[in-house]
Amino acid sequence: MTKYSRHPLLFAAAVVAASMVVVAQQPPTQPPQQPGSVALVIEGDDPGTPPRLAVPDLLALSNDKEVQEAARTIAQVLWDDLQYEREYYMIPRDTYKSVPAAGSIDTVPYERWREIGADAVVIGSVQRAPNGVRVEMRLYSVSARLSAFAKEYTGSVANPRLYAHTMADEIHMVQRNLRGVARTKLAFSSDRNREAVLGTIEKREVKEIYIADYDGANQRRITINRALNINPNWSPDGRSIAYTSYRSGLPDIFVSHIYAGTMDVLTKNSAQNFLPQFSPDGTRIAFLSTRDGNSEIYVMNRDGSNVQRLTNNPAIDGTPTWSPTGAQIAFTSERTGTPQVYIMNVDGSGLRRVSYESYADRATWSPAPYNEIAFSARTGPGFDIKILNIGSGETRQITFGEGTNESPAWAPNGRHLSFMSTRQGRSQIFTVDRDGRNLRQITRDGNNTTPHWSQ
Amino acid sequence: MRRQTNRLMVIAVLMTVAVGACGKKPAPVARPMPPPSNTGATTANVMPPPPPTPVAEPTITVPPMPDDSIASKSLDDLNRDSPLRPLFFELDSAEVSADGQRLLQENAAVMKKYPAWQITIEGHCDERGTAEYNLALGERRALAAKNYLVSLGVPADKVKTVSYGKEFPFEPGHDDGAWSKNRRAHFVITAK
Repeated sequence: MTKYSRHPLLFAAAVVAASMVVVAQQPPTQPPQQPGSVALVIEGDDPGTPPRLAVPDLLALSNDKEVQEAARTIAQVLWDDLQYEREYYMIPRDTYKSVPAAGSIDTVPYERWREIGADAVVIGSVQRAPNGVRVEMRLYSVSARLSAFAKEYTGSVANPRLYAHTMADEIHMVQRNLRGVARTKLAFSSDRNREAVLGTIEKREVKEIYIADYDGANQRRITINRALNINPNWSPDGRSIAYTSYRSGLPDIFVSHIYAGTMDVLTKNSAQNFLPQFSPDGTRIAFLSTRDGNSEIYVMNRDGSNVQRLTNNPAIDGTPTWSPTGAQIAFTSERTGTPQVYIMNVDGSGLRRVSYESYADRATWSPAPYNEIAFSARTGPGFDIKILNIGSGETRQITFGEGTNESPAWAPNGRHLSFMSTRQGRSQIFTVDRDGRNLRQITRDGNNTTPHWSQ
Repeated sequence: MRRQTNRLMVIAVLMTVAVGACGKKPAPVARPMPPPSNTGATTANVMPPPPPTPVAEPTITVPPMPDDSIASKSLDDLNRDSPLRPLFFELDSAEVSADGQRLLQENAAVMKKYPAWQITIEGHCDERGTAEYNLALGERRALAAKNYLVSLGVPADKVKTVSYGKEFPFEPGHDDGAWSKNRRAHFVITAK
C-alpha cells in the first residue's frame, strides 16, 4: 500500500483517463485489481535455473492504431522490465513472432509455447474503454496450464509503458518477492538545451534538472531558470527534488515539488551550498555549506530551518550520503591530504575512515539488504566506480577505465547503480548492475551528469 | 612631470622584460600587461612569498591613456579584455604559488585604483577531479585568491566568491594544456 503512494503519477494515470500532465496532480488511488492467484509460482526446469518467460504482443481488441501500438509497446517494455532484474530468462521476442499468442486471453495455445521452451507466457489484451483503454494481463504457467497471476488496469493510453512497468513490478513482487524498479525514475543535470547562461561574457551553457523513467524513456525537464542546476536528489516520496541552483548567482539549495509545480528556497546566504541529500525519512536534508568559512557538512529540516553543523575541520568536508536507517552519514574529507570516504554518526560523533584510495568521492550508501557504499575512485587518468562492503571491508570495482566514471547512485532495491560516464565521449548517464553487468545507456542528448535514483 | 613619466615607462618596460623572463609558465591568454602603475615598481622589488606589507600608495599621475580607456569601457568590454588576470593552480591544489602572488599583487593594484569596482572571483577546476569534490575545491581556490587580495588591502566587501567546480571549463580540450587553463580563479568585474 505504501509502495503505491510513492508513485502518484503512475496510479493517477492508471485510474484516470486524461493526459499525463493533468492526472499527475490527482491524488494517488489504488487501481482496480483482479483477484490474482499467488499460490502458483513459476519455476525453472531445475532448481537454480531461471524460469523461461515469453511476452508476445498483447492482443489489440479494438481496431485502431493507438490501441495496436499500445499492445506492442506494453509487451516490449514488459519484456525489458523483466529482463532488467535478471530473475527470468527472457526468450527473445522475435523467436515467437509467428506464434499466435492466443485466440483470446482465455484460450492459450500451450503446446506452441511449450515448443518454444517457455515455462510461462504473459498473455494480455488492450481495448478501448470509455475514457481510454482497458489493459488485461495474465501470467500463464505453460506446464500447469493455469493463470498464475492476473491484473487489469484502466486508464489513459497516453503512456502505455506505465502498464508494463506496473505489471513487471507486480510480477517481481508476487512471484519473486522482489521489489522491482520499473516504476522508479532518474533525475540528473543536463545541458541539452544549449541555452546560454545570461549575465556573463563567457560561452557557458545552462544546465537544467531533468527526470526520466529508469530505462531512459520520458525524459522531462524540471527546472526552467536558465542557470546552472546540479546535484538533484529525490525526496523519498518521489514528489520533490532537492538540487543546487545558481539561479540567484550563488549556489543555493532549492526543493521543487514536481507535481504541485511549486518550489522552496532552503538556503539564502553569501556562502556556497551544495549537494543536498534527503534523509531516508524525508524530514531532513544533509548538505555541504561554506557558511562558516570552510566546506563542512550540515543538516537542516526539509524546509530549511534548524540548521546543524556536523563537521568541524579545516579540511574540505563534503558530498554527504545517509545510511539507510538515517543514523549515520558517509561523506568525503581530505583531512589526510587526499579526498577519502568517512563515516560518522548523525550527531557528528564516531568518525572513521573507510576508503583507502588515491582519491575517493561521492559515497552513496546502498539500501538494505546490502550494506555497501559505492563511490568513485581515481584509478588512472579518470575515475571508476567501486563498491565497499562495510561488513567485510572488501572493495570491488565494477567499471574499468572506459572514460571516467563518477557520481554513482543506487537503485532503491540495491541491485543497480546509475552513474555518469564519458565512455561514449560526452558525459552520459548509464545504469549497471551491482556486479558490473547489464550496462545500459540512459541519456544521449548533450552532457548529462550527477544522476540520482528515486525510491 | 614629464621626466617622471619617462622614468616610470622605463620601469614598466623593464618589468615586462623581467616578468617575461622569469615567468615559468607562458602567459595563459594573449592579454595586454596591466597598465603600469606606481605600485608596480614596488612589486618588482618585493620577491615572492609573504604578502608584502602594503606600501602607502603614492598619488597616481600616469599613464593617462590606458586609464581613460578602462574607465570608459562597459562592464562587458572590461571583462572581455580584463585588466584582472586569472590565477592558475596545480592539480588538486588551492595553493597560491609565488607567481600567483605576484599576479594577485598586480590585480590588487588595479582594484585599488578603481575602488568602486565590485569583483566576483570564480573558482574553477579541471575535469580530472570529481564533479562533487570540485565544487568545494573551486571554492577553496576562489577563497585563496580573495584572502590574498584582502591581505594586500583590498576591502573584503568588494570581493565575492563563487565556485563552479568543473561545470564551466574555459578550454574544452582533454589535455594538459586545457586542464592547466581550467584550474583557475577567474576575476569578473560586476560593478564599477
